[in-house]
Amino acid sequence: MYVYDEHDRQMAAERVAQFRDQTRRALAGELSEEEFLPLRLQNGLYVQRHAPMLRICVPYGMLRSDQLRRLARITRDYDKGYAHFTTRQNVQLNWPALEDVPDILADLAEVEMHANQTSGNCIRNTTTDQFSGVQADEITDPRPYCEIIRQWSTFHPEFAFLPRKFKVAVNASEKTDRAAIRIHDIGLQIVRNDAGELGFRVHVGGGLGRTPMVGPVIREFLPELDLLTYLEAVLRVYNRYGRRDNKFKARIKILVKALTPEGFAEKVEAEWAHIKDSPTRLTPEAIERMKGFFTEPPYEALDNATDLLARQRFENRDFDQWLSHNVDVHKKPGYAIVTLTLKKTGTPPGDVTDHQLEQIADLADEYSFGEVRVTHHQNVVLADVRQDRLLELWEAITPMGFGTANLNTLTDIICCPGGDYCALANAKSIPVAEAIQRRFEDLDYLYDLGNIDLNISGCMNACGHHHVGNIGVLGVDKKGEEFYQVSLGGSSHHDADIGKILGPSFAREDMPEVIAKIIDVYVDQRTEEEEFLDTYRRIGIKPFKERVYA
Amino acid sequence: MPDVINADGTIRQDNWAVVPRPEDGESLAIPSDQPALIPADLWLAGYEHFTGNDRIGVWFDSHDEPEIIADKVNELPLIGVNFPRFVDGRGYSIARLLRERFGYRNELRAIGDVLLDQLQFMKRCGFDSYALRADKDINHAATCLNFFSQGYQAATDTDLPLFRRRAG
Repeated sequence: MYVYDEHDRQMAAERVAQFRDQTRRALAGELSEEEFLPLRLQNGLYVQRHAPMLRICVPYGMLRSDQLRRLARITRDYDKGYAHFTTRQNVQLNWPALEDVPDILADLAEVEMHANQTSGNCIRNTTTDQFSGVQADEITDPRPYCEIIRQWSTFHPEFAFLPRKFKVAVNASEKTDRAAIRIHDIGLQIVRNDAGELGFRVHVGGGLGRTPMVGPVIREFLPELDLLTYLEAVLRVYNRYGRRDNKFKARIKILVKALTPEGFAEKVEAEWAHIKDSPTRLTPEAIERMKGFFTEPPYEALDNATDLLARQRFENRDFDQWLSHNVDVHKKPGYAIVTLTLKKTGTPPGDVTDHQLEQIADLADEYSFGEVRVTHHQNVVLADVRQDRLLELWEAITPMGFGTANLNTLTDIICCPGGDYCALANAKSIPVAEAIQRRFEDLDYLYDLGNIDLNISGCMNACGHHHVGNIGVLGVDKKGEEFYQVSLGGSSHHDADIGKILGPSFAREDMPEVIAKIIDVYVDQRTEEEEFLDTYRRIGIKPFKERVYA
Repeated sequence: MPDVINADGTIRQDNWAVVPRPEDGESLAIPSDQPALIPADLWLAGYEHFTGNDRIGVWFDSHDEPEIIADKVNELPLIGVNFPRFVDGRGYSIARLLRERFGYRNELRAIGDVLLDQLQFMKRCGFDSYALRADKDINHAATCLNFFSQGYQAATDTDLPLFRRRAG
């Protein structure tokens, strides 16, 4: 994991001092609300329904146990003792006081954390696959590149006032895309060319919100040393030509669409030609140095614990199910990747208490070299667990509420904070998630249904990524009443797609039944090997429509 | 005379006027008693007349293209870049192009909605004078120009991004 040097520490401290000065001037009336707005947003501070909300950055989802403990303490000292993991691998506090925020940022800086650029019209946290570095099929570990991008984008003097927010995601696996790169402003797929050289396939212009789009490829192969100059070219074209007259048309996807992907690519290439050999061009030494921070932990030489696990599974059916669903294959023999699910029915998806944060820190220290990863699905991963300790770990986490064996099933719901917390929301989202989880409590049935992404957003801003859910739910406001629109067929993976709207929206109390009918159609029509999305793609939306609106 | 801020945070008096773009049918109202910045495209249109006059500079609005005077920038004693609203970030790119691509060496001034908290970004992108909005406390400018003692990136102010300095 990346460790700050004196340069990072100095800039982090200067950032805190700067925001302290800005907050003082805002409270003294020297900065208007409008002038303070982008400054506080770029320090993570929203003003929301009940209070300010602070979005703390977790770079590409990586957290150390001391950072988790510090987060726990911050939620106790400054907030109400809980935090929320977001779909962009960050952490949010829901109740901090404005005047406390400089102190919170100072506390975070002590453990090499910050809230830089977690909001506002700037380059946001770069996200990636939560299984980076531990999965067998990745081309190379994407995290060194994520950290290179983080440093380049931090306080970038040219790109602090973009037309709109800007999100970059990196994926390195050939088979899966847990980072959902095609729904980001820039999606970078790490690839090797025919000559065996490392580089990136560059997607630009994906995104959700009002105009959901899957990002087209604008460059098939970008050599790794050219990463930053090329990003700078894309950002410069966007900064100069992206629309600023209409907030809803200001994302880069609108510019890409207006120019066509080919036209946009030409503009980027023309800009890049000027700067590709500038001092921003990476050096092999810089990349090597960064890779040095993401080396393997001191694994022991082990064999796979195949016989032991087989016996334990046979003796304990619940453990067997958990192992099947929440534990993934590790690249090292004898180790496993464990996902702690934060989706227990009755708890808002992604929410954790201060005590749970400390429990996760203890688990990380005890079982996984002191590190965890936050996932796009709002869960937490212990990436390096010994197979012969899985049973022990499972027994420890079950009473903590992290053992719900529903990973990637219908009830592993992605859900935004919604109308319970967010000022932008048209409708509540958490109670809908809970009602659906209650309707589908039978784990055997869930397993039989297979992998289904159910995503819920409380408004058009799509923080719950409803467009790319296999089943998407969007809260809408109709004459002051909350209704829910359902879409089907979305995907955020390699086969990324935007879901189609099923039809007129539904009242909240009808939602569990609506989902049940959709599932019934799938169960009736599926062939043996089909997942939900396969069936949908084969039979289309009509049979679902007919059943739901019958 | 109004004050402008220098890149080192000191303040000096300065009497350059910014001549707005004339309405249709009106002509450019260049003051006779003070040096003036005029819209860059109009300077180019009257190039024969204006060139060599060290009391005439140009200004760009945020949607303008600095490319139009790419080969002539150093004929100008002063270039202004307007920030119509401080959240409009196009001026930062214009400044870097003028400095880094077209090699502009003379004074580059931020004009318009210029506030304190953006000064250091402007400095890093090549601005070396700043016409702070009149209601802002000019005495705080030196602090705001120097919140950070270094940056991660190469920009107009340095050819050494942190990754290159770390290697050294």
